[in-house]
Amino acid sequence: MPVITFIEFDGTQHQVDSESGLSVMEMAMKHDIPGIDADCGGSAVCGTCHCFVETSSELAAVEPQEESMLGLRPDREANSRLSCQLQVSEQGGDMTIRLPEYQM
Amino acid sequence: MNQAVTRKDGLPDPLSTPLDQLDVADPRRFEFDTWQPLFERLRSESPIHYQAEGPGGPAPHGDFWSVTRFEDIVEVEKNWEAFSSEPSIAILDPEPDMSVQMFIATDPPLHDDQRRAVQGAVAPRNLQEFESVIRQRTQETLDGLPVGETFNWVDRVSIDLTTKMLATLFDFPQEQRHLLTHWSDAATSDARITAGRGLSIDERRAIMIEMLQTFTELWHQHKANDRESFDLIRMLQRDPKTENMVDEPLSYLGNLMLLIVGGNDTTRNSMSGGVLHLHDNPSEMAKLKANPSLIPSMVSEIIRYQTPLPHMRRTATRDVEINGTVIPKGGRVVLWYVSGNRDADAIPNASEFIIDRPNVRNHLSFGMGIHRCMGNRLAEMQLRIVWEEILERFEGIEVVGPAVRTCNSFVRGYHELPVRLHPRI
Repeated sequence: MPVITFIEFDGTQHQVDSESGLSVMEMAMKHDIPGIDADCGGSAVCGTCHCFVETSSELAAVEPQEESMLGLRPDREANSRLSCQLQVSEQGGDMTIRLPEYQM
Repeated sequence: MNQAVTRKDGLPDPLSTPLDQLDVADPRRFEFDTWQPLFERLRSESPIHYQAEGPGGPAPHGDFWSVTRFEDIVEVEKNWEAFSSEPSIAILDPEPDMSVQMFIATDPPLHDDQRRAVQGAVAPRNLQEFESVIRQRTQETLDGLPVGETFNWVDRVSIDLTTKMLATLFDFPQEQRHLLTHWSDAATSDARITAGRGLSIDERRAIMIEMLQTFTELWHQHKANDRESFDLIRMLQRDPKTENMVDEPLSYLGNLMLLIVGGNDTTRNSMSGGVLHLHDNPSEMAKLKANPSLIPSMVSEIIRYQTPLPHMRRTATRDVEINGTVIPKGGRVVLWYVSGNRDADAIPNASEFIIDRPNVRNHLSFGMGIHRCMGNRLAEMQLRIVWEEILERFEGIEVVGPAVRTCNSFVRGYHELPVRLHPRI
């Protein structure tokens, strides 16, 4: 399975083997990676699993709900995503996910 | 023995009375804390419930739909195009001549522009700057409390601390901060949702004008004294999209009301609620004392259990189906967060107060979607600090008399919570 590298805001790196069927948010929660809160549990309605995708293979497009939540982020960048909307799959390549300074 | 039971809230029995004869939004159920059976019934019998305006019905509100299940509330929150936040986020429509404009009651793109302008003030980066100030004020307030005497926790702690914080957020003169409480209370004390006990339209209008005048002066003072400060007013002044908001009094007033009520009633009532819930659940208090690292988790549980804002309202922009029921265009849709937060299908053992429950952050008290509470991290921080400082000082806070609750379907809170402090031995 592909490897996901999470980089915390302070630069601390965590590498985890991804598991098929889980989202990047769920991988982070499962491995207690600090910096992802995921208050709504994966429905794209809280915006607290915001991340920056540094490297990845092709990702699912941003759906309108995700877009409307990302639009509220003061620290949004071009590669901003809600990690709950990024599914991990065996066919996908390794990913590097940078975490923001804060969730809100 | 067949004597009719007089219910303490004076309302018809919520379980045996036909649903069409009950006003879901009657504030007296919150005043007497008797709201749970009706909402449990609605979740099971009529999760998307229409309440007609009628002879036996509740005249003050007009007709509306109640959404009471967790999952259904989230679905409505997601669909902001079909479920608009205009013209109002409370059951009632705005009063004539009081149609202030606040971003919580607008849709994108205006909503996003105005929200982004002030969001930085309560972003965690800015909160770090506030933390030491909040902690110092909390310590002063707690150190000034009488030990071993009965006093009202609401006045001495909850109102005092939230108002000081609010004054800091606006860079408002601390010595006049009682005005913020006064205005916040007036903004939510509409006679139409308080069983007639609130203020009349004229009274509220006079108070709101007074507030607008004071804040207009404050705007100009801050403008003349521009300095590196992350208070909400200077943030509005710095953003090109809101830099002239003072010239649109209804927009300025509306957004001030939003920020004042949003930062006041909510945290205040969670500060009081936490004391009551821990008193009522001694085993949870024991858990907390044995393991103070549970404070952040407990704070989320207090916010869920209290649900200081029981509802928000949306308005259908077209005929739209939710969980099999079609809500017609124009329908007023009330999202009962207070009910979703007790929905056992979404939250195991939802009626219990459990400070270390799994997924404790997954509650509806902050709302979901684009209108989700902007100040949630500030609120959590304030509550965390209060409890850290309480545990440093006191063995326990004993509630020694009945809580006096607010008679309001929009704010679930307390006027009085008589307590006695037990010092650490």
